[in-house]
Amino acid sequence: MKRFVRADEIKSFLKDGMTIMVGGFLANGSPERLITAVLEAGVVNLTIIANDGGWEDRGVGRLIVARRVARLVASHIGTNPAAGRLMQSGEMAVTLVPQGTLVERIRAKGAGLGGVLTPTGLGTVVAEGKPILSVGGKDWLLEEPLGADLALLGGAIADRHGNLAYRGSQRNFNPIMALAADIVVAEPYEILPELDPECVITPYPLVDYVLEG
Amino acid sequence: MEDKYVIAKRIALELRDGDLVNLGIGTPTLVADFIPSDRHVTLQSENGIVGIGPLSETPTGSVNAGGNAATIANGGSFIDSALSFSLIRGGHVDVTVLGALEVDREGSLASWIIPGKKVPGMGGAMDLVVGAKKVIIATTHTNSGKPKILNRCSLPLTAYRQVDLIVTELAVIAVEKDGLRLLEVHPNHTIEEIVALTEAPLRVDGVVPMKGVETE
Repeated sequence: MKRFVRADEIKSFLKDGMTIMVGGFLANGSPERLITAVLEAGVVNLTIIANDGGWEDRGVGRLIVARRVARLVASHIGTNPAAGRLMQSGEMAVTLVPQGTLVERIRAKGAGLGGVLTPTGLGTVVAEGKPILSVGGKDWLLEEPLGADLALLGGAIADRHGNLAYRGSQRNFNPIMALAADIVVAEPYEILPELDPECVITPYPLVDYVLEG
Repeated sequence: MEDKYVIAKRIALELRDGDLVNLGIGTPTLVADFIPSDRHVTLQSENGIVGIGPLSETPTGSVNAGGNAATIANGGSFIDSALSFSLIRGGHVDVTVLGALEVDREGSLASWIIPGKKVPGMGGAMDLVVGAKKVIIATTHTNSGKPKILNRCSLPLTAYRQVDLIVTELAVIAVEKDGLRLLEVHPNHTIEEIVALTEAPLRVDGVVPMKGVETE
């Protein structure tokens, strides 16, 4: 970890048109203070990669409602009516990705792999235009790695080194996204002196900045 | 008993002691309320819970796949989404129960998009249907009188030829290699009625009354 930051300091990492991964599942484990900071920074034309479109008043849904998102890559947008409207009107491009494929594409990027061979999506529109490879006598869909300029993580408990553990089901995409972005910022509920090394989920070298309390 | 409870109760009888089970949103979630007490079934929630407990009326910090406040059962664990979908895609989940817009005679499922009308997205359904050892569809038999069990799905597919069993409020139908077989019929209805409400052809030899239905 480089250092602890205040919310307003993340402005220096933000620019129009950038790609941001945001952790959370239906806003459970999404970094709400960091999302507020992105809103306040005024950046637009963002590409957001997240599990879902959140809710209109929670999670990445707030960025969508505020029309900061030009392109959304997610597995589900059904809980955010604004996302559906903006997609239908053409104001926001939405790429729907099966949830297991989405997380594994992110993991592939972060793990230095050239892609994922998955059975998910074979025989559906998800497979259109993508290579199908035969390995071991079975067909697999080739899905490419997915990375971002910035990852914003939530649901965390940090220590002074920047190690992260996560509360309950708020872990979800967060530790995977920690691998796959140029800059990683975590928003913890609390910062402890030390986490038990056996409980650390995201080790500190993966985390660039931790939001102060 | 309301249709959705008839469906949920019947599906619960399909679960075996020791199964790891993923229940989809809606009627599939209700299956948890009907699991026979002599069977220990572990429920997985794809957002990262192995061993999800009952819903909570107050926030717990954790949610189920529908975003509702969730608890964790004894012995349960929290995992990340990559491990969660490794369980799902890797064949470690014994049974998944999902809803449907359409399902067809080949066992293909459409459940995630009505083009131009409703585009919620597939969420984890495509992975679940491909990866779970047994795929059970929980659906009403018809939608506004129109069959949902078709010769061929007209909507974009969630998965091609992955469904094993279809349970409706009227019947239980198995997907076999050469088509659909009617296994059970609700005692208040006849085989002929079910055949008339089903677009896909049904083999009807050996049909028995639907299990778990209390006759009056």
